[in-house]
Amino acid sequence: MSFLIDNFVELTVTGLVLGAVYGLVALGYTLVYGVLQLINFAHSEVWMFGSFAAVWVTVALGVAPGSALPIVIGVLLLALLAAMAVSGGVALLLERVAYRRLIRLDAPKLVALISAIGASFALAEFMGLRDRIADFFGLRDTLDPYVRSARDNTRFQNPLQTEGVFTVGGYTVSNVDIIIIVSAILMMVALDQFIRRTRTGRGIRAVAQDSEAAALMGVNRNRIIRATFLVGGIMAGAAALLYLMRFGVTRWNAGFLLGVKAFTAAVLGGIGNIRGALLGGFVLGLAENYGSALIGSEWRDVVAFLLLVVILLFRPTGLLGESLGRARA
Amino acid sequence: MTQGKASPDTESAVARSGGRGPRLGWDRGALAQRVAGLPRPVKLALTGLFVLFLYALPLLEIPLISTPDTDFGAVLFTVASYVLVALGLNIVLGYAGLLDLGYVGFYAIGAYTVAVFGSLQAQLSWWVLIPLAVFLTTISGVLLGAPTLRVRGDYLAIVTLGFGEIIRLTALNTEWLGAARGITGVPRPPSVELFDIPHLQWSGATAVVDLDDTTTFLVFGVADQAPYYWLMLTVIFLVLGADRMLRLSRIGRAWEATREDEDAAELMGVPTFKFKLLAFACGAFIGGLSGALFASRQGFINPESFLLLLSILFVAAVVVGGAGNRYGVILGAIVVAYLPERFRGFEEWRLLVFGLALLILANYRPQGLIPPRRARRAQAVDEQLDALEEGTARA
Amino acid sequence: MRFSVKTGAPLLAMALALTACGTSGGDDEEASGSGGGEAGTCEDVAIGYFGALTGAAANLGINIRNGVELAVNQFNDENADCQVGLEEYDSAGDPNQATGLATQAIGDETVIGIVGPAFSGESDTAGPIFAEGGLPTITASATNPDLASNGWDTFHRILGNDDSQGPAAASYIQDVLQSQSVFVVDDASAYGAGLATIVEEDLGDAVVGTDTIQTGQTDFSATVTAIRDSGAEAVFFGGYYAEAGLLVQQMRGGGVDATFVVADGVKDPGFIEAAGDAAEGTIITCPCLPPEESQEFFDAYQAAYDTAPATYSAEAYDAANVFLEGILDGNTDRESLLEWVNDYDGEQTTKTVKFDEDGEVENITVWAYKVENGEIVADQEIETN
Repeated sequence: MSFLIDNFVELTVTGLVLGAVYGLVALGYTLVYGVLQLINFAHSEVWMFGSFAAVWVTVALGVAPGSALPIVIGVLLLALLAAMAVSGGVALLLERVAYRRLIRLDAPKLVALISAIGASFALAEFMGLRDRIADFFGLRDTLDPYVRSARDNTRFQNPLQTEGVFTVGGYTVSNVDIIIIVSAILMMVALDQFIRRTRTGRGIRAVAQDSEAAALMGVNRNRIIRATFLVGGIMAGAAALLYLMRFGVTRWNAGFLLGVKAFTAAVLGGIGNIRGALLGGFVLGLAENYGSALIGSEWRDVVAFLLLVVILLFRPTGLLGESLGRARA
Repeated sequence: MTQGKASPDTESAVARSGGRGPRLGWDRGALAQRVAGLPRPVKLALTGLFVLFLYALPLLEIPLISTPDTDFGAVLFTVASYVLVALGLNIVLGYAGLLDLGYVGFYAIGAYTVAVFGSLQAQLSWWVLIPLAVFLTTISGVLLGAPTLRVRGDYLAIVTLGFGEIIRLTALNTEWLGAARGITGVPRPPSVELFDIPHLQWSGATAVVDLDDTTTFLVFGVADQAPYYWLMLTVIFLVLGADRMLRLSRIGRAWEATREDEDAAELMGVPTFKFKLLAFACGAFIGGLSGALFASRQGFINPESFLLLLSILFVAAVVVGGAGNRYGVILGAIVVAYLPERFRGFEEWRLLVFGLALLILANYRPQGLIPPRRARRAQAVDEQLDALEEGTARA
Repeated sequence: MRFSVKTGAPLLAMALALTACGTSGGDDEEASGSGGGEAGTCEDVAIGYFGALTGAAANLGINIRNGVELAVNQFNDENADCQVGLEEYDSAGDPNQATGLATQAIGDETVIGIVGPAFSGESDTAGPIFAEGGLPTITASATNPDLASNGWDTFHRILGNDDSQGPAAASYIQDVLQSQSVFVVDDASAYGAGLATIVEEDLGDAVVGTDTIQTGQTDFSATVTAIRDSGAEAVFFGGYYAEAGLLVQQMRGGGVDATFVVADGVKDPGFIEAAGDAAEGTIITCPCLPPEESQEFFDAYQAAYDTAPATYSAEAYDAANVFLEGILDGNTDRESLLEWVNDYDGEQTTKTVKFDEDGEVENITVWAYKVENGEIVADQEIETN
């Protein structure tokens, strides 16, 4: 207990950093759930592809740490754009391949879940076999820096060096910590405004509320569904870069565990609720850290899931409730 | 989708003749219909032959069906244990409509009960262990269900997922439960040595009885997997019988009503919570039984045998086969457990291929390989309604 | 009667179709080689690799498979008249799949030796089956000490188990690093937890804190906080390189400069790949001789796989070579090959290989390696008391 109190600030900050990543990934689950009432199981692979896109940008540019600040910012922005583009693209592909036909047929929700699970396996294995695939096309040597050790951790050469900014309660908060927490909140605010104020956002809310009525009012449901997947993918891409800045490596199967956690965060905050996703992420990140500190890291996931069960028992629709459709402009 | 709130499935001919026109699901083939029209004794004889064939599978080692890259008996056991699990999960998911992503938790409790009380902490007899395992799993099903079944729909999915993970992590981090090293020396079923049965050896299209390769009836040894498969198959037939009785009873109807519309069911006087809990307990019972048999075949268990991935594969088996149809989920379990073992020839690519196969199956057989009759009826009604409303059949 | 004729026809057709298909299936069977191997010749002889090639542990398994494959390829290049096959049994590290694969392996008469099983868990289910089939195995990576005491007479282990490596790591920390306070972390795997327990016992009072992480975990902030809070001078981590790389990176990022000590599961280029500069100064204990003494293997591996030998690649290479030398000596059935392995006494790349009665390798010397300028270099031999 005294350990928790002595290191409270550190555990809180690192918990919030982790929570911010959970929250951004959770957005993808929440948006799709809000609109389609489907658990987009393959969203974790959307994130994973984004993380590789960011890594590949730094590999291609070959920037050493400690470069001049404008270069660092430029590289990070490029990596961010690449991650968002790839994640968004994979999310759209997913919608096309795994969901569109089933949505049109009005198939049971469970089938869409299985379809997404199949897509998730295929995408993860695709990444894990990228060296073999390059072999197949005879591109192994050309693509070597991008496909080598396909089953292993791939390192993100962060152009930005981690530096302490200020010290609170015995913990030196680093620039990376600040960037991650602030960007996550900024992205959340931007998304919230997008949903509230834009035409597409209104469409998303309309479809979430009552998809048939929305269609009758002239909302193009298919376009809105695509937009939802795209926005979720873009957020996952941003999460991918932030994750890499903090944790430094990614691998073909890194999405699965993160996806489970992010989905938990989405449910914790109230699935379908955008602000809830970030709140759920923060709560989960903090709970994991505090739980680890109190009874040991081996029980962190147990703490996280028990917390989830307790919260759902007392607030059956999560902390902030399901409200994507109910949000008013 | 409009669901038919019709009477429960019966073998009546009315139900079968309900559908006309194009369907998403399985059309009964000419052969199947002919079989259904056979006189009773012939049907019985055919069924008997089929059952005998199933028992003989590990001995026949038929080319093409048999797995070239791994032991066929072991694969058959794995497939059979998936089938049993799928039957259990079908009650929860197919009949009562509760999405359980932590089913592996029950499987693990069954397996761990046998291992902990049969080897690690006590040396109880196998005959005591199996009922004990089933009892403890059923209790845990009720304990998990009582608080969580009040949570609705997809929230239940994540809560059960958490439950499955908690069980695995507890086993992994508790020294008393063997921790990461797992538990060795799990008791095997008691053996009775009666007689030897030779296997077939295939060379091209001709089969020769291979007297060197025999299975001793009924020795539960280390290497020969056939007796375990026979045990599992027998359990499956027992569970199938019980499943059929449950489905046709008042309980089965109550589950169906709860799944289709919980509020309406409650208004009609169905105590939905009690019935959901019962479904959970039944599912847990079968899951635990399957886990217990798995542990006593394997002789060793560790937490890695109960990963979250397994829960997902179980759900995939039920949905791919056709949630709600017991023969459908059996087929689904066979697809999920058998294909990756059969197509080991793909080597590293086999999981990629498996993922794509799931994707394709879900998209092109959305009602499952063998959809429940109710879904087919509902679809036929849907189509008739559409035809009436629009004057033409929907494309 | 009409019924039976009508149903009989399609059934007959099905039976015929099955028979026709059966022919092609049978051809495959023959192509993969059937019939018992005749003693004295090299025909239809294969050794097997048993372990993960897919799944979460694929990275570790592929390293081992590559070592075996390299040995077999070299052997076949040198001995044109004695070509040995390589069968791969991809268990995905799953004890359940291992059961079927082990049964398959003992049923395939051409397979006379197995390098593996790669992990302790799958060894527990596959071991008794190999013992029953009389199929000699040499594991290049499963280090759970209990495996040797199960009475499987086919079991051999070509590297030191946790009992030999743990004390070495502990004595290095105490005698060479002279650390008074050590924080012990493990990854809750059979390998990592087993090793960490032994190190903890050996260090006794010097242990100022312990924590357990999970394989696959990427965020270690709570563990890093605990390490810093304990003020430990050294951190011992029992586990594999993937988590080790992340842990040390986050430790350095969190301002912990305690010496990072790990064991052979981390001796892998993947560790440096994951940790980057943070890996500098890490001490890796390994019951294996430095690669300078086996430069030939090092170069050949580098040429074949475009990467330095990874965790257990060298051990796998040695294990395969023990079998291959036996086959060249004319031991082309299981019984004689098992005898050959039991009596083996020879120099290999990682150590002098001689197995004791339990199948454990004798005369284990544990070396300490150090990460310097992004390379794993030999530091010194560790004396254990």
